[in-house]
Amino acid sequence: MRTTVSGITSRILSSNATVFVLLAVIFAVVFALNPGFAEPMSLMAFVKKAAPLILLAIGQYFVIVSGEFDLSVGSLVGAQVVIAALLIDGNESATLPVILLMFAGGIVVGLVNGLVTTLLKVPSIITTLGTMLVLYGAIRWLTGGAPTGSLSTAFRAAGRQGVDDVPLIGQLPWALLIVLVVGVGAVFLMRSPWGRTLIAVGDNDQAARFAGARVWWVKTAAFTLSGFLATGAGILIGGYAGVTAQVGEGMEFTAITAVVLGGVVLGGGRGWVVAAMAGALTVEALFTLFNQLSVPSTVRPAAQGLIIIAAVAYAAIDRARRARTVTETHPTPRHTDVATP
Amino acid sequence: MKPTSSTATARRAPLSTTTVVYLALLGILLVGGIVVAATGDTLFSNANLVDMLTRSSLLGFIAIGQTLVILCRSLDLSVGYVVALSSLVAATTMDGDPARIPLAMAAALGVAAVIGLVNGLVVTKLKVNAFIATLGVGLIVKGYLDTWYAGPAGEVAPAFQAFGYTRIGPLPLSAIVMVALAGAGIWFLHYTRTGHHMFAVGGDTDVARMSGVRTDRTVIVAHILCAVAAGVAGLLIASRFGTGSALVYDDGYDLESIAAVVLGGTYLLGGRGGIGGTLGGVFILATLDTVFNVLSVDPFIKDVLRGVIIIAAVAIYARRRLTRKPDRFGGHVDPPPRPAPGDGAEAAHVKGGVA
Repeated sequence: MRTTVSGITSRILSSNATVFVLLAVIFAVVFALNPGFAEPMSLMAFVKKAAPLILLAIGQYFVIVSGEFDLSVGSLVGAQVVIAALLIDGNESATLPVILLMFAGGIVVGLVNGLVTTLLKVPSIITTLGTMLVLYGAIRWLTGGAPTGSLSTAFRAAGRQGVDDVPLIGQLPWALLIVLVVGVGAVFLMRSPWGRTLIAVGDNDQAARFAGARVWWVKTAAFTLSGFLATGAGILIGGYAGVTAQVGEGMEFTAITAVVLGGVVLGGGRGWVVAAMAGALTVEALFTLFNQLSVPSTVRPAAQGLIIIAAVAYAAIDRARRARTVTETHPTPRHTDVATP
Repeated sequence: MKPTSSTATARRAPLSTTTVVYLALLGILLVGGIVVAATGDTLFSNANLVDMLTRSSLLGFIAIGQTLVILCRSLDLSVGYVVALSSLVAATTMDGDPARIPLAMAAALGVAAVIGLVNGLVVTKLKVNAFIATLGVGLIVKGYLDTWYAGPAGEVAPAFQAFGYTRIGPLPLSAIVMVALAGAGIWFLHYTRTGHHMFAVGGDTDVARMSGVRTDRTVIVAHILCAVAAGVAGLLIASRFGTGSALVYDDGYDLESIAAVVLGGTYLLGGRGGIGGTLGGVFILATLDTVFNVLSVDPFIKDVLRGVIIIAAVAIYARRRLTRKPDRFGGHVDPPPRPAPGDGAEAAHVKGGVA
């Protein structure tokens, strides 16, 4: 277990983690265009905006690294926010029960995704597509197109408030603390036996099964975590941006993009959770950059598409090249390539 | 309709997956017919049949192409954008002039083919996962559409609208063309070399390559054909609307076509299945839609029911595959003589597709 600082830096510098370079470049450009963005205040605002996607990316990372997909998270975020607004309806005392209910709901959706995928052997892209249809249908059925009710102030605190009067940065957003706690938790989780099994399952689930791993349980837990974190993202985004019927739409693809930008391989078995978080930051930084450059909103999807393809192609080709050179020099491939979080 | 899984399966097992798909279709037609009859209406009236077939033709074109791509263990999420783009190219090129119909059709399908080629090249040469590659290419097309076409544009010639509205008896012309294209697709898969290669590449890319199949070229061809099929769907949109529309990309055809393909019994990891089953899957989805329509089910509940039915159907196929696995050699599990589980280079290749 290389927990040393040098181990971490060498991993960041390895081209496996192109995302850190990309993130630095984008931030450099943003700072150059708008020095004001480097102010602590603006950075904290950026963190608040990016936090929901980071949580979603961590959840999606668990699922993707186990070799599956979770397309339901966007609609789950939407459903959670809309239902919370409906139930709370401005009533402060309802905040805590509703939040608990939301987490329970997220866990149930994740469990259903996981169990249908593992026990009924439905491909996860279809399972979670089905859950997505069901949740979107539920949102629109409940709201009739326009959401009703409103969130309480206490509910919105997590997404928009923070610890005030902190020297130097002014306000320390709750969102940042939540992301840090979840991120550290995720890193430790990936070092735990469960995390190692998850990677093994994603790499080769047959081999993992023969080695005694309970594949269905490990994968179901990953889906459940994704549902749980999507709930967290829902609370943050509801707090930050408020309630609309469109909340969460398309976020599943953005989250998958973020994870893949972080060098996590679709199909499972390799990738680092910190890089997935950096991928989410990169996507948000990219959106900020587009704002700075006042790129017309209609061109953004095209730029986003180009950058994703370029980044993933670079990583894939680089990986193939390194795999070749490693096999030539060492009889055992992959020791630099292996994702041991 | 040929059974599309291996013929050995058809001989040994009582039912091929395609047969099950059509039995399911029959069951849904029966149940739907009874439920609709109970409300005092009839599902098999002329109007409802036309509705059903019209619905199937649009999704059918897209799903036929998607089948080829999925058979190769790839995926195309850009089809919705290709449909929109091709409808716009057709309508703006034609601009109401009947003499330009052939030119407009060629332009629309040509543009679609180019997008398919790009998809195929990015997947095979740049080695980007198909999910990301086609999503990215789709986003690029979306950016183009959003920038240049704020609303409907162009106008098709009145004669061209015949494609969308002509009927021969209760059969819409578009549905006939769609079934003919499906027939051509089945022939292509079973009687041409490239068609056979698609099964080989989807089954195991490495084995196919070592057997001398040009795997990259096969995948590229599948992507081009898929995009062209989506282009035909775009032509149908243009002829129905009388104009090109950018907004159809929001209708979810990408995911719905994948659902139809999987509902039709094609294995999402490639190598097994076929267009015959996909056609059944498309008809199942269209029948459901028509039944919901006739019963005037809340459109939002419709989504919920559709999601549940798709999951249930795929779960049933998966069950069949599981229970049948022991009587066959191999099965869909990786055969035992695989290299050691720790072998990374090998795993990287095997893991190429969508899991």
